[in-house]
Amino acid sequence: MRVDVAANGCDIVDEVTLEISKGRVLGLVGESGSGKTTVGLAVLGHARRGVEIKGGQIFVGETEILAFDVEQKRLMRGALISYVPQDPASSLNPALRIGTQLREVLDAHNFGDSIEARDARIREMMAEVALPTDDEYLERYPHQLSGGQQQRIVLAMAFACRPSVIVLDEPTTGLDVSTQEHVLKTVRELARVHGVAALYITHDLAVVSELVDYVAVMYAGRIIEQGSVKDIFNNPAHPYTRHLVAAAPDIAGDHQIVGLVGRAPSPGKRPSGCVFAVRCELASDECRSQFPVAVQVSDHHSARCIKIGQLTSSLTMSSGVKTKQSTGEVIADIKRLSAGYSGNLVVQDVSIQIRRGQCLALVGESGSGKTTVARCLGGLHSEWTGTILFEGQEIAKASRQRQIDQRLGIQYIFQNPYGSLNPRRTVGDSIIRPLEISGKFASDIDKQLATVLDQVSLPSAYASKYPDQLSGGERQRVAIARALISKPELLICDEVTSALDVLVQASVVDLLSDLRNNLGLAILFITHNLPLVRSFADEVAVMSEGKIVEYGLTEAIIDNPQQEYTQRLISATPSIVRSMK
Amino acid sequence: MSQGNEISESVRPVGLMRKALKLRRTKIGLTVLLVIMVFALVGPFVAPHTQTEFIDMPNSLNIPDALFGTDYLGQDVWSRFLIGGRSILLLSLGATSLGLAAGISLGLIAALFRGKLDELIMRIFDVILSFPQILLALLLVSMFDASPWLTILSVGLSTTPRVGRVIRGAALSVVERDFVHAATALGESRFRILFFEVLPNVSGPLLVEANLRFTYSIATIASLAFLGFAPDPTAANWGTMIQENSAVIVVQPWGAMLPVIAIALLTIGTGLFGDGLSRVSAGIDRVGKGD
Repeated sequence: MRVDVAANGCDIVDEVTLEISKGRVLGLVGESGSGKTTVGLAVLGHARRGVEIKGGQIFVGETEILAFDVEQKRLMRGALISYVPQDPASSLNPALRIGTQLREVLDAHNFGDSIEARDARIREMMAEVALPTDDEYLERYPHQLSGGQQQRIVLAMAFACRPSVIVLDEPTTGLDVSTQEHVLKTVRELARVHGVAALYITHDLAVVSELVDYVAVMYAGRIIEQGSVKDIFNNPAHPYTRHLVAAAPDIAGDHQIVGLVGRAPSPGKRPSGCVFAVRCELASDECRSQFPVAVQVSDHHSARCIKIGQLTSSLTMSSGVKTKQSTGEVIADIKRLSAGYSGNLVVQDVSIQIRRGQCLALVGESGSGKTTVARCLGGLHSEWTGTILFEGQEIAKASRQRQIDQRLGIQYIFQNPYGSLNPRRTVGDSIIRPLEISGKFASDIDKQLATVLDQVSLPSAYASKYPDQLSGGERQRVAIARALISKPELLICDEVTSALDVLVQASVVDLLSDLRNNLGLAILFITHNLPLVRSFADEVAVMSEGKIVEYGLTEAIIDNPQQEYTQRLISATPSIVRSMK
Repeated sequence: MSQGNEISESVRPVGLMRKALKLRRTKIGLTVLLVIMVFALVGPFVAPHTQTEFIDMPNSLNIPDALFGTDYLGQDVWSRFLIGGRSILLLSLGATSLGLAAGISLGLIAALFRGKLDELIMRIFDVILSFPQILLALLLVSMFDASPWLTILSVGLSTTPRVGRVIRGAALSVVERDFVHAATALGESRFRILFFEVLPNVSGPLLVEANLRFTYSIATIASLAFLGFAPDPTAANWGTMIQENSAVIVVQPWGAMLPVIAIALLTIGTGLFGDGLSRVSAGIDRVGKGD
């Protein structure tokens, strides 16, 4: 199969050439906005509203897809090429039983010649995705299934008519690691057994390293490097790929993650030369003048960079500092905390301590109660029992009842930087609000504002901008600046990087790590991302079903987990280092 | 993150109003609205006669001194028309403002506090909503003596639950957003959270709703006057004028037609303007989605 997509005017993607052979999985990786999904949809001959496929060819075997008319495309979709979208919950019709939805696909493409044949096919598909095949199960509605089961139903629908090509658009984003492991296994087996060529779109390099055979890296709408998994991860040729690999945290590796400043040029603002030149440390005038042609590095490994071979030094380094037992004074001491929502206990008997200059990571799958612990500490949730001491003093439940020093001393940073800043207020106004409330330091607010913006590496001109003029990473920096301005002792970071791309995530984690070291901040880092914990946290507390199952130094827990739950969690987490061995 | 070329303009993101004014319907609506408002507000100062002055025989046309003839009592139609808009306009504005203020406050409070308070407010709204707007106003006005304040109060009261429901609905999703949690964690007062964090973020639906309520208030207040519940029955009032002169519309059309046209234009203008606003406000949600 060959894909050649070119959309001119204001080009979203251009110069994309991909080949996938039978039974193989090609991983298409890149940051959000790099054009991955556009390519994925173009493979189906589809373009989103306002987007047009301007040129290029897509072959499945000998068949050219883009030459089809609307009706032919409709028949082709699902039968010849099928698509698995990101969010299974919204791609299944909540009002129809799953059996009905599976049958719809077969009916639409006149699969088999009798009702019995279709019935048999449905059961066969259910068995292939390792779900029950009985009538009772097929009569369920989507909301009666878990996220992982829903995604497997979608996979079954995609494979139902035995397509030749399948496009998977981030099918495991939003699933827990153990569920993700199941789904990935299913994808790999189905592709291999049925000889299906799969295009797997993702931003998660670790998933790619475990699942796919070949990788194509996209940046600003161009494929800038492609090759086998081993080539890409062990011997990346393009500087961007190197940065991407260096920024990916790994549960089995001990390297420090490295971020990269700047952001990818958006469609319409892309330079005529190499799209990565602005952020590239090797860029020369030659790079800026012309988009480089693909250079063959080795068999099946090519990169669009004229400086191949000039990359010598490694970006990644072993984190020289090993995690150690912190000896700073205890900032926050949570004792026997139990919390719930209208009577249902979701957190039971949790006791943790956070010391000055220390980062404690609270990890667990979704629903484990980790965010509830953070919300109790931050004064956002009042239905709890137990004691929370902050700097030796017991604190009240609701933030409104706490003393002003306690409110300012504990700062909460939210998961989604798109939601945590008031869109109707300038960045500067949002940041200085804590100072206005406290009535402290009122004299030199402007100076303080400039200082915190500098601490989070944002230019001071940003103070007069509105949140929607900023990128996700910049917004998260603003949220951190707002937390810093009141000179807190404790930062609660609630999944602060989960909405961010890997390079941005690396630079935000970098920033938090600097702040911890330079200002002696204590950090409670809530996350489901174990690899990130490995590269950042001093101590880890693993939560499951509202209880802490394991609590200790990061290295000790990740390298040598004692509890079965932790062991399962760690082995289900995909790892580049592990899969390269 | 600090790319020099990215820091260009730091202008306020284009507001709802400015965007809406690019639509033709909004421009036309606003123009019509302004023209009628100018008539109603400036009219009393330029009227050639007073509103109760008898200038000729009743129902006469082609009188040199009166542009549109005399009404059923022999008063000048043009003067009464110029004078009679002000009370309708001011009463409608007053009633709408009252309804908005009460509706916004109760709607926001219901959305933030949820639970029993929310339940209580919404059920009271339901009770008020179960009366047709005009009946509720009629009930109140006929129970007490007619006065401008009573009109404002009765129409404002029947407007409150309609505004309140819309604001509550819009605010429900806003109070769940993290910047509200962030403000809570800082210990901001509830009043500040409601009016400084949440309210600016529901301004889209609010503007649309305010417009719609104004249209309805005009209609209700004009109807009240038509039914004889104007604060001062002898005073000129568009609603009263229609009622007084509708019987003689064949002989003297202007007495009823002038106020009818004015009220129609006022409602159409407000409607067009509001429609422009709501289109833009619905469109705002679609901007910037997708990667």
